[in-house]
Amino acid sequence: MDINDFRSIVTVLGLLCFLGIAGWAYSRGSKQGFEEAANLPFADDDDSVPGPQSRSR
Amino acid sequence: MSETQTTYNYKVVRQFAVMTVIWGIVGMLVGVIIAAQLVWPEMFSRLLPDLAPYLSYGRLRPLHTNAVIFAFGGCALFATSYYCVQRTCHTRIFCDKLAAFTFWGWQLVILLAAITLPLGITAGKEYAELEWPIDILITLVWVAYAIVFFGTIAKRKVSHIYVANWFFGSMILAVALLHLVNSAAIPVSLLKSYSVYAGVQDAMVQWWYGHNAVGFFLTAGFLGMMYYFVPKQAGRPVYSYRLSVVHFWALIFTYMWAGPHHLHYTALPDWTQSVGMLFSLILLAPSWGGMINGIMTLSGAWHKLRDDPILKFLITSLSFYGMSTFEGPMMSVKTVNALSHYTDWTVGHVHSGALGWVAMVSIGSLYYLLPRVFGRQEMYSVKLMTVHFWVATIGVVLYIASMWIAGVMQGLMWRAVNADGTLTYSFVESVKGSYPFWTIRFIGGALFLSGMLIMAYNMFKTIAAGKSEDAPVLAPAAHHA
Repeated sequence: MDINDFRSIVTVLGLLCFLGIAGWAYSRGSKQGFEEAANLPFADDDDSVPGPQSRSR
Repeated sequence: MSETQTTYNYKVVRQFAVMTVIWGIVGMLVGVIIAAQLVWPEMFSRLLPDLAPYLSYGRLRPLHTNAVIFAFGGCALFATSYYCVQRTCHTRIFCDKLAAFTFWGWQLVILLAAITLPLGITAGKEYAELEWPIDILITLVWVAYAIVFFGTIAKRKVSHIYVANWFFGSMILAVALLHLVNSAAIPVSLLKSYSVYAGVQDAMVQWWYGHNAVGFFLTAGFLGMMYYFVPKQAGRPVYSYRLSVVHFWALIFTYMWAGPHHLHYTALPDWTQSVGMLFSLILLAPSWGGMINGIMTLSGAWHKLRDDPILKFLITSLSFYGMSTFEGPMMSVKTVNALSHYTDWTVGHVHSGALGWVAMVSIGSLYYLLPRVFGRQEMYSVKLMTVHFWVATIGVVLYIASMWIAGVMQGLMWRAVNADGTLTYSFVESVKGSYPFWTIRFIGGALFLSGMLIMAYNMFKTIAAGKSEDAPVLAPAAHHA
């Protein structure tokens, strides 16, 4: 096997890997986890900073 | 607050946030100066004859690019990534001392760049001009950055790693790789080194670096900002999290291949040029996926755009991101590139990305972040933020429109031939024709710079009225509306 075969194989594997990730991302199984992750920025309230004008939400 | 309560490290965020604005002003001022030099080339030799050699266009231009990309953009990335990673991981930053080292080390790098570049000390590689001792310092700071960032992720209190942190993390890893490979050089003295690569390989390594500096430093990192600050300011989670995952991996898998489009019609093998062009065209899909994901996050809350200057900045930045990531793939098409390359069209394209996307998303994020880390509810003046937005937007539009016209005109003039095969125009005729557009560009740049001055005033007023306290680390709320 010469180095160019190796390069072609790596490229094809890269493509398959990406398609796998895309399939996994759109599969039903990952939905709940993604929903949790998407709400992470809202799991902490950074508005309630100690300060003269701090407000609670 | 009990004594044992841990807090977020806001100090390092405050330091980087303030320096973002300061370096933004410095870098953009140098940009306005070199724009003026194109209109009035004899400016410095008349006004400051003794200093003129140090202030020549060729020495100030790399100072401008380094200052806006690495000083302004870099500080913005440090500030926002440190804020985002602490808040989404619900933990204080890993190793405060190392975080402080990244701040002071990065400022030293910027200072050394500001000294060496006007003196003409340069490695001669675009966006990688700094000489080898400074390159080593950059490496040390960057490794410290990686340890702090990934260390914080490792001690997170939640199971997921939020998508913004994936983008910031990929930026840190990719920039480390790019910097190490492209800066490989053999020193011949303290201030001079030569690249270990030769000929066309050197050019290819340089533009593999150059385009991925755009792709990872100026895109992935700032997309991290987008994925945190747009949902926060809009008050709703990102439009599609699965799209953000596919968007992330698509960028990772394609960006690394696009560099050859900087070397069309050169000694680079033709097939390599074609691969670069093809992958640049493919890049349109993930880029627009990201843009749509950001803009659609506002879906159902469009009214917020009317009176919220932060959202104005963020959403406009995404529009410019969409525009420049459409323009870029088009310009990578060889036949289009035959017209656009080496003209001001390229300069316009870069600034549509740099001012419209990178600067505006940073400004929007900073306006969100500054009052929070200085213990205020909002910036000192919301009105001034709106003024800043309009001044900046008009500035960008003037800048890129004038460069489009100048660029296409230059491209057409350079390739026009008479019936007998001689060139229709001399080069200097295209220079003469460009003057009005260079003047408009100067005005556009000056407007964008004045927006930054307004921001600095607003920032210092906010700081004066605020408190520099660290916020307590909050336990993650399981179900938050």
